[in-house]
Amino acid sequence: MEFPENLKYTEEHEWVRLEGDNIAYVGITDFAQSELGELVYIEVETVGETLEQGDEFGTVEAVKTTSELYMPVSGTVLEFNSKLDDSEGDDPTLVNSSPYGDGWIVKIELSHPDELEDLMDAEAYQASIA
Amino acid sequence: MKNTPLNDKHLALGARMAEFAGYNMPISYSNIKDEHHCVRTNVGVFDVSHMGEFIVKGKEALDLIQLVTSNDASKIEIGQAQYSCLPNTDGGIVDDLLVYRLAEDNCAEGERAYMLVVNASNIEKDWNWISKHNSFDTRLINISDQTALLAVQGPKADEVLQKLTDIDLSELAYYTFTKGTMAGIDNVLISATGYTGSGGFELYVDIKNAEVLWDAVFEAGKAYDIQPIGLGARDTLRLEMGYCLYGNDITDETSPIEAGLGWITKTKKGEFNSRDIFIKQREEGVDRKLVGFKVEDRRVPRHGYGIEDLEGNAIGEVTSGTQSPTLDVPIGLGYVQKEFAAPGTEIAVVAGKKRLKAVVQRPPFVEKS
Repeated sequence: MEFPENLKYTEEHEWVRLEGDNIAYVGITDFAQSELGELVYIEVETVGETLEQGDEFGTVEAVKTTSELYMPVSGTVLEFNSKLDDSEGDDPTLVNSSPYGDGWIVKIELSHPDELEDLMDAEAYQASIA
Repeated sequence: MKNTPLNDKHLALGARMAEFAGYNMPISYSNIKDEHHCVRTNVGVFDVSHMGEFIVKGKEALDLIQLVTSNDASKIEIGQAQYSCLPNTDGGIVDDLLVYRLAEDNCAEGERAYMLVVNASNIEKDWNWISKHNSFDTRLINISDQTALLAVQGPKADEVLQKLTDIDLSELAYYTFTKGTMAGIDNVLISATGYTGSGGFELYVDIKNAEVLWDAVFEAGKAYDIQPIGLGARDTLRLEMGYCLYGNDITDETSPIEAGLGWITKTKKGEFNSRDIFIKQREEGVDRKLVGFKVEDRRVPRHGYGIEDLEGNAIGEVTSGTQSPTLDVPIGLGYVQKEFAAPGTEIAVVAGKKRLKAVVQRPPFVEKS
C-alpha cells in the first residue's frame, strides 16, 4: 500500500495534493479504497459551492457500504473528475486502481491554504492506520 | 474471536478477513462483484463453518421441534430438509433455520434424529431457547464446533462434485440430502440447499476433514475455474433472491407473517410458540410488510435508512440493501406500512439529505436457476 510523500492526509482517509498556491486535488487513500472495496458510484453535487473544512462534499458507494466524503480543507469545489462519473460511460473503479492518480475526486480552490498545516504527512497517516 | 477449521486456507489465499458473529471470516478473496458473477455463471465455494448445528435425538424429538419451530416438521421424511423459524413467545423470531431429518441407523427403537442448522450469531441464544422448551424425552447435542460447512454453489456445482463421489448427485432434489463418501471422506452430509439461488450443495463434514475436502473440491473444480467466495458476495447473492438475513430483515421484533414467511408458518399443525399471535395476524392482517424494492437512482439503500411515501411521510425502514451485481442497480428489502406493500408502489428511500425514488417489487430480483 502506497502513501506518497507529497500529499497531505486526513483522519477521514482523504488526501490533498497542492498544485501552485491555492489549487488542490482531493481523493481517498489507498487504504480507504481497499477498505471500501470496489466502488460502484461516486456522487458529487457540490461543484461551485464554497465549503468549510470538514463539510460533506460527496458520497462514495461501494457494493458493501456507503461512505461520505469530507472537505480536508475549506475551499470551493471547482471540478468533479469526469472520468469517475459513470453516467458518462466512465468508471468509478479508477479510484480503486489509481487512488492518487486518475482516481482523484475533486479539484478545489483553497480558502485558507494554511489549514494544510493541520493535516497529516504520509508518515503520520501511515502510523494512524497501523 | 474464533477461527473456522479453514482459516489457514483463507490466509494462504490472501482473503480479506473480518469478524462476523464472533468468527474471523473471509469477506472477499478477489472482489465481491467477480465472486458474485462466478457463482451466478459458474461455481464457487464458501466456507460457512461458522453456522451452528444441533442434533435433536430421542423418542419425542419431533414433539420438541414442532413446539419450537413454525413450519410443520411432521411432513419431513428422512433425507429431506425444511426451512423454518424459531418464533419467540411475543410473535417475533429467535432465529431462522434448516431442519434436517436424519437417518435412524444410530437410533434406538422409536427414536428419531434431526439436525438443526442455525445462524452463527444465534448459536447460544438458540441453544438456550430450545433447551428451555425441552421437557421431552429427547436430547440436544451441540455439534457446531466439530462441524465444518462448505457451500459449493453455482450452475457447475453438480459437475464438479460428481467427480468426487459415486452418489448420483442429479438424483438429489432441492431440499433433500444424503450421507456418503466424498473425496474419500466418509460421512459427508451432502445437502442440495443453499443461500444463493444458483443451485448447488452444502457439505457438512467433520472439522478434521475440512481441509482435505476443501482441497479436493478446488482440485475437481480446476477445469471449471472454481473460485473461493466470501461473505460479501454471499450477501449480494442472497439479496438478489430476496432471502431474509437474520438480524437485518428478521429479528426478535418481526413476525414471520410480516416478513413474508407465512409459507413456513403452519398454524394448522398444532400448538407452537406464538401460534395464537400468528393466527390473529393472518385473520386481521399485519400493519407492516417486508417488501423488496428497486432504487431508481445510483445511490445504494442501506440497513437503517428511512422509507417515506411520495409526500414525505415516514412509512418504514430499509433492512438490507446493496448494489445488485447482476442487474447493476441498487436493490433492497425493508418494512413498509401495508398500504405501500403492493408491487409497483412508488416509495422514497432516505439517504442522508437525499430522497431516492424506489419502486416496490416482489423478489427475487434475479431469476432463480
